Amino acid sequence: MSAEGHDHGHDHEHEHHHKDTFITKYIFSIDHKMIAKQYLLTGIIMGVIGVSMSLLFRMQLAWPEESFKIFNVLLGDKFAPNGVMANDIYLALVTIHGTIMVFFVLTAGLSGTFSNLLIPLQIGARDMASGFMNMISYWLFFLSSVIMICSLFVEAGPASAGWTIYPPLSALPQAIPGSGLGMTLWLVSMAIFIASSLMGSLNYVVTVINLRTKGMSMTRMPLTIWAFFVTAIIGIVSFPVLLSAALLLIFDRSFGTSFFLSDIYIAGEVLHYQGGSPVLFEHLFWFLGHPEVYIVILPALGITSEIIATNSRKPIFGYRAMIMSIIAIAFLSTIVWGHHMFISGMNPFLGSVFTFTTLLIAIPSAVKAFNYITTLWKGNLQMNPAMLFSIGLVSTFITGGLTGIILGDSTLDINVHDTYFVVAHFHLVMGISALYGMFAGVYHWYPKMFGRMLNKNLGYVHFWVTAVCAYGVFFPMHFIGLAGLPRRYYTNTNFPLFDDLQNVNVLITTFALIGGAFQLVFLYNFFVSIFYGKKAVQNPWKSNTLEWTTPVEHIHGNWPGEIPHVHRWPYDYSNPGHEEDFVPQTVPMKEGEVVLHH
Amino acid sequence: MTSLLVVIVLVLLAVAIWQLTKIFDLTQVSLDSDDSQVANDDDNNVQGYLMFGFLAFIYIFTIYGVYTWGHLVLHTPASDHGATIDRLMNITWVLIFTVQAITQVLLHYFAFKYRGNKDKRALYFADNNKLEAIWSVIPAVVLAGLILYGLYAWTNIMFIDEDDDTVVIELYAQQFKWTARYAGADNVLGKANVRLIEGVNTLGVDLSDPYAQDDIVVSELHIPKGKKIHFKMRSQDVLHSAYFPYFRAQMNCVPGMVTEFAFTPIYTTAEYQALPYMVEKVANINAIRAKKSLELVAKGEPGLDPYTFEYLLLCNKICGSSHYNMQMKVVVDTPEDYKKWLSEKTNLVAEVKASKAEPAAPDASSAKDTTVAKDTAAVAKIAMK
Ligand code: HEM
Ligand SMILES: [Cu+2]
Ligand SMILES: [Cu+2]
Repeated sequence: MSAEGHDHGHDHEHEHHHKDTFITKYIFSIDHKMIAKQYLLTGIIMGVIGVSMSLLFRMQLAWPEESFKIFNVLLGDKFAPNGVMANDIYLALVTIHGTIMVFFVLTAGLSGTFSNLLIPLQIGARDMASGFMNMISYWLFFLSSVIMICSLFVEAGPASAGWTIYPPLSALPQAIPGSGLGMTLWLVSMAIFIASSLMGSLNYVVTVINLRTKGMSMTRMPLTIWAFFVTAIIGIVSFPVLLSAALLLIFDRSFGTSFFLSDIYIAGEVLHYQGGSPVLFEHLFWFLGHPEVYIVILPALGITSEIIATNSRKPIFGYRAMIMSIIAIAFLSTIVWGHHMFISGMNPFLGSVFTFTTLLIAIPSAVKAFNYITTLWKGNLQMNPAMLFSIGLVSTFITGGLTGIILGDSTLDINVHDTYFVVAHFHLVMGISALYGMFAGVYHWYPKMFGRMLNKNLGYVHFWVTAVCAYGVFFPMHFIGLAGLPRRYYTNTNFPLFDDLQNVNVLITTFALIGGAFQLVFLYNFFVSIFYGKKAVQNPWKSNTLEWTTPVEHIHGNWPGEIPHVHRWPYDYSNPGHEEDFVPQTVPMKEGEVVLHH
Repeated sequence: MTSLLVVIVLVLLAVAIWQLTKIFDLTQVSLDSDDSQVANDDDNNVQGYLMFGFLAFIYIFTIYGVYTWGHLVLHTPASDHGATIDRLMNITWVLIFTVQAITQVLLHYFAFKYRGNKDKRALYFADNNKLEAIWSVIPAVVLAGLILYGLYAWTNIMFIDEDDDTVVIELYAQQFKWTARYAGADNVLGKANVRLIEGVNTLGVDLSDPYAQDDIVVSELHIPKGKKIHFKMRSQDVLHSAYFPYFRAQMNCVPGMVTEFAFTPIYTTAEYQALPYMVEKVANINAIRAKKSLELVAKGEPGLDPYTFEYLLLCNKICGSSHYNMQMKVVVDTPEDYKKWLSEKTNLVAEVKASKAEPAAPDASSAKDTTVAKDTAAVAKIAMK
């Protein structure tokens, strides 16, 4: 027994002596499993808000300037007089929808939940390196969510400059009402969010490096852990840049500096700003913004790797290639940001460079997709809901990723930049894919989180309706984008040219409303199963990884006795040398057993 | 209101489905903890078939989409370089459709074919360097080809040769309208800065600059066919983006700097309107508008005007409340018509002089201005006073 294992065993005995109060158990918990659940719950609530917003503005797009009672009820007389949505609130809804979905749901909700839950459990640690910092990280996230929600109720309306908050629009209240107090709250909320995210990420990295159990070498870690680990590093590298951009923007807004502003004449007067550049802000923003899409998608891909392998009863194909592509993606993701700025006015030569790096990053992404497909080949696929969402992820990741070849090519981007084509692309490749990853994770690890099972039939209904609606919403958007329809338009009725797109818009909205409504099936399943779900067995999916060796009931320190030691990689499914079709990582190598993979 | 009804119906539908599954669950007698919520072979079977069905859905939806919405997609570029972009786009589409068709088949077919079965065992197949090398190298080579073509086209489009014989025009963006400034006979724009904005001189042109003396400011863009137009963009307040979808041209307008884009129109407005595809598109749009008009008139509101195609300049970067309605009409004339049109415009310096003289007789000025008022933003502003 290693000294380390002994120490932890001792810690754990200690834990047993003191009783948790309600407060330390459910609210200010430092237990990673509880913190994971807190992240998940907050993420779900934010998700409901974010998706509902998209349904509201989708209704406006399908039936422009028509009166809906629900608009008046939800938005009030100021923003929806007589039930007609006003143009300012349209932009506000789009902005907050984007912000919430990208940061609050798919960064904190996804990464926060599963990194917290799985890192200690899958590497064999009692908890995160710093439970206290972990708790602070969650509560900062909570605080930033509360501030973001509060900003919705500001008199002049919430931030409305798009989730990319490009100045000068975001800097000048004269330019749009949402750039007053609403934008201030947005910036404060995001600054706190970034602090939360950095604390979480540092914790993940330190935990993975230091707290692996005996035998858990880096190349025996599940791909989930690899994905979370690398994602945390990307976050540490890129989030501070957004923080600095936000701070500089705050300076420009409140203290009269000119980092991003110059030569502005608005509302009948010349402003004093001189010498700044909005393009600088774009560089800073996208230096985070692009890695951000990988911060969103890599954990989803990690979750999918684990679920596809387990449910295929097969090793993940090309384990090492998968690790290499995660690392390659992480590295390349920091040098492609300029593909969002081909026509921003930056030197066209840079456009060439960024086209080149962007198409490079397509290669590791393609490798991952091919490896998933090969993992299915000759598998024995167990079609659990988590598996369906994982397969769905591969499908939308491919469909969305392929149109990236168009957007990443500066020449082609000229005409589709900022149209609905972009909206279609990023929703499929990042929005829907990552959302599927999150759903897959919830279905798969629900028994680990709540000790009960989700109802599988509801899961099936949820998946199939969502899958059809996701394509139904985002596939037609490619066409209206290619027809030249700009995004962030409140209505296109001022352009008779686009009149023939209106029936497509109605179809999209119909699919969105159906898909949105069916998320209630998931919510019902989720909340009801916490109390009434079937009790889970210890290892329901017959999985190899360590989290399934812990008891169903949560305890501090995860394992009642000593932390198990690891003797093999996590993907020994259907290993011909073994009777069972899975061989947990804790099973020692047999006499003379050879390692069958590279 | 109807959609709210739809939502409610859907919710009820969801509840009904839940009830059904509940009945299904009750038929499975269970112990306290069991694996009834783990997929069994029946589930694998059903879900496997559904996967196959989903493949059919993707295919049918794609074909349906291309068939019913394909004609909406921009085609027949109205600019010289547009053909290059469209060719590269089409090559890329062939690639995308091929890869999409193959990978989605493999993914969903495998999901169907290898659906689980208690008596089966998966193949232990952990890696294969040759396969992985193949699917790293093939995308790399194909993408390299696309990149090379793309970069070649990009360089030709974006690097504007100052020595070329071009028409220089400034596009000036502000919330929420476009203005254009022609460089005049010297083909050089006078210096400008927002700090010089005053009265009629809404673009802040430096009137003491010799190059500015012949500059002409208008609110409708006319450009000659067959001549390279060199646009220089400015913005006075927030970011805007000058988007000419039919010319395959777009460039952001950034306060504090001048951005550029150049293209050569190859169809006059009249010629483009007469293209068979455009005739059909306009007829289709007018049918839609006629139908909508009937509804509006029935409600006692004014009907819609019939539509004729015009090139437009749109704003394609979120710029504020009326971003959705920031547009300018663009007319491509024959070179002769263009010359004639331009020669009828007064230059900015003369306009400023006129406006300085004007306060003495405001009524007279607004009366005599009616001829130019349609075209000149500056004058329109005086008229409003
Ligand atoms: C019910 C599902 C959803 C629907 C119907 C939907 C629809 C839309 C639409 C129509 C827009 C506005 C496009 C525009 O005018 O520019 C939009 C913007 C956006 N959506 Fe979604 N969306 C959904 C889910 C998601 C998800 C899961 C994500 C996660 C990444 C997401 C992220 C965004 C972002 C980042 C924007 C851009 C916001 C901006 O322009 O500032 N959406 N969405
Ligand atoms: Cu990017
Ligand atoms: Cu604009």
